[in-house]
Amino acid sequence: MRIILYLLQKEFLQIFRNKTMLPMIFALPVVQLIILVNAATVDMKNIRVTVVDHDHSVQSQRLIQDLDASLFFEVGDLQVSKEKGLDLMRRNKTDVLVYIPNDFSKKLHTSDAAPLQIINDAIDVQRAQLSYGYLSEIIQKLSVEWHTNPSLLLEQQQIKIHSNYWFNPELNYKYYMLPGILVILVTIIGLFLSAINLVREKEIGTAEQINVTPVKKYQFIIGKLMPFMIIGLVELAIGLLIGRVLYGVPFNGNPLVLFSFATLYLLVILGLGLVLSSRSETQQQVMFLTFFFMIIFILMSGVFTPTENMPEWALKIDTINPLYYFVKVIRSVVLKGAGFSDLWPEFRSMGIYAMVSVSLAILSYRKTT
Amino acid sequence: MISIKNISKSFEDIQAVKDVSIQIEEGELFGLLGPDGAGKSTLLRMVNSLMIPDEGTIRLWDLDPVKDYKKVRYIIGYMPGKFSLYTDLTIEENLEFFATVFGTTVEENYYLIKDIYQQIEPFKNRRAGKLSGGMKQKLALSCALIHKPKLLVLDEPTTGVDAVSRAEFWEMLQSLKEKGITIIVSTPYMDEAQLCDRVALMQGGEIHACDKPAHIVQQFQYPIRGVKTSNIYKALLDLRTYKSTHNVYPFGEFLHWVSKEQLFNDEEVIIFLKDRGHLNVQVRDIDPDIEDCFIELTQFNEKINA
Repeated sequence: MRIILYLLQKEFLQIFRNKTMLPMIFALPVVQLIILVNAATVDMKNIRVTVVDHDHSVQSQRLIQDLDASLFFEVGDLQVSKEKGLDLMRRNKTDVLVYIPNDFSKKLHTSDAAPLQIINDAIDVQRAQLSYGYLSEIIQKLSVEWHTNPSLLLEQQQIKIHSNYWFNPELNYKYYMLPGILVILVTIIGLFLSAINLVREKEIGTAEQINVTPVKKYQFIIGKLMPFMIIGLVELAIGLLIGRVLYGVPFNGNPLVLFSFATLYLLVILGLGLVLSSRSETQQQVMFLTFFFMIIFILMSGVFTPTENMPEWALKIDTINPLYYFVKVIRSVVLKGAGFSDLWPEFRSMGIYAMVSVSLAILSYRKTT
Repeated sequence: MISIKNISKSFEDIQAVKDVSIQIEEGELFGLLGPDGAGKSTLLRMVNSLMIPDEGTIRLWDLDPVKDYKKVRYIIGYMPGKFSLYTDLTIEENLEFFATVFGTTVEENYYLIKDIYQQIEPFKNRRAGKLSGGMKQKLALSCALIHKPKLLVLDEPTTGVDAVSRAEFWEMLQSLKEKGITIIVSTPYMDEAQLCDRVALMQGGEIHACDKPAHIVQQFQYPIRGVKTSNIYKALLDLRTYKSTHNVYPFGEFLHWVSKEQLFNDEEVIIFLKDRGHLNVQVRDIDPDIEDCFIELTQFNEKINA
């Protein structure tokens, strides 16, 4: 026990003396949470619409007004031909092209259907889908209003959809993003710091010097795990505090639930970091390896894209992605107020994962070659 | 007492240590001499339990470094060739750290390191990474000694250290030996052999001789001369064709010429060289030293068993 305490003291002494690492440890959460939370938004605003109006009727004017009034759209120059409009899209000057043919208002009055053409720049698929969604909504509303057949109108209005968004009623994107970014933050701290730290000892030869001392394997591993565990949990607390102060993210759950899960999660991540470092000889190698895992874990975690959209096989792979669980848990606890009983399956998986990861770390660290 | 019996160790396709057997007495200052790549470090790493031999046995008193590695680590002080202490900790912190992991305190064994540590103590709050080469070496030695080991294993401690510091270091080793610590030290410097009680000459993973330095030199059986002319390189080539040459090689500003005949006249050598156009020919008597023995033993691969 005394040896472990001394190893910890040594570790912290080194961390607090590291003039490059220390500022990073504390600058990282602040920068990430201030910049990333604001920048990594999928909220659609200012979609550029070009309307090619060949009809010049009251109805077409009304459609343009409604588009312009919407927060999502920004209607550009109206005096353009269809060719000019297409050219604008090619040169990336507009996102959507709405073509109103000259018989639009006439058909509205006479026939069942009045065709409109919408041309969407689908380079950015997500943006195209969303703008299509918003556009159809506006057009749908208008068409109901204009519908010449009052009986049909009545029939349609019999089904009344009233949506409620639970747990994030204002659909505040930051509430959703902040916990996700926090997961990435804790992961970077845990994985990179632990992996680099052990390889550094190998590189400068101190690992070998420790090997000829009576320090036991498990003591050495605990000495390496604990400091980064503590730093990781402190970062999480700082991050939640920043979220509360800057973005007003509510904390609906029990902090104990979140921090117990974070402890398990950090055990997994730190263990993985140590395993990776025992497979590497230099800091360069371990950085590359860690980066490889980080990218896959983050992109498949559900921080940026919903995991529900992933194909079946990818979801299966995700069951070994620790980030996937943590992202789910942190959002459930922070936004939904989920407790131990709600998150039991995640706790169980992460617990098993932690045991495997730490055992592997102890096994892969060799005292003799 | 340390006994190394028939030890072999291979790395993939290279056999680093081949069937090595050495006995080292308690309290001895034992030198392991050989060029880079001779297998010295590998042998030392097997002695100090960092590596497991493929074949053979090692006994440190009654302990086996493979089975009793936990106990072995308490009785061994190891100083690797490369400085490997925490560069971001101070002198004092490094020393205290190593004392603590061995379950002792600096005060308890201070008497052992006093002479060495006192020289760096004025800088005890300086980070180890900011020390000069000689100071680093003293700190590393202090850290290796702080748990009062019975056996000190030093892997090329004087490589890359200036001549004055080297001499100082060997004085420190002498005084540690007087305190009853058994010391095994490896070195590529032949001139350090004289400072050891006994030495083993190692090359290509094998021990070519193991004896007191003076005995090894005595066993050099050929007459040897130092030769110098105005054109050393041509003299080397010419002497290789001379009838009574056993071996000839450059050695400082002279050539060392070894005769295979016990009785011969220096004049004959001078005439031989003058006939080939050499000017300022000098031939002088020299005593063979350990390096001459090393060259003889490794080139002609004759085993001398002490």
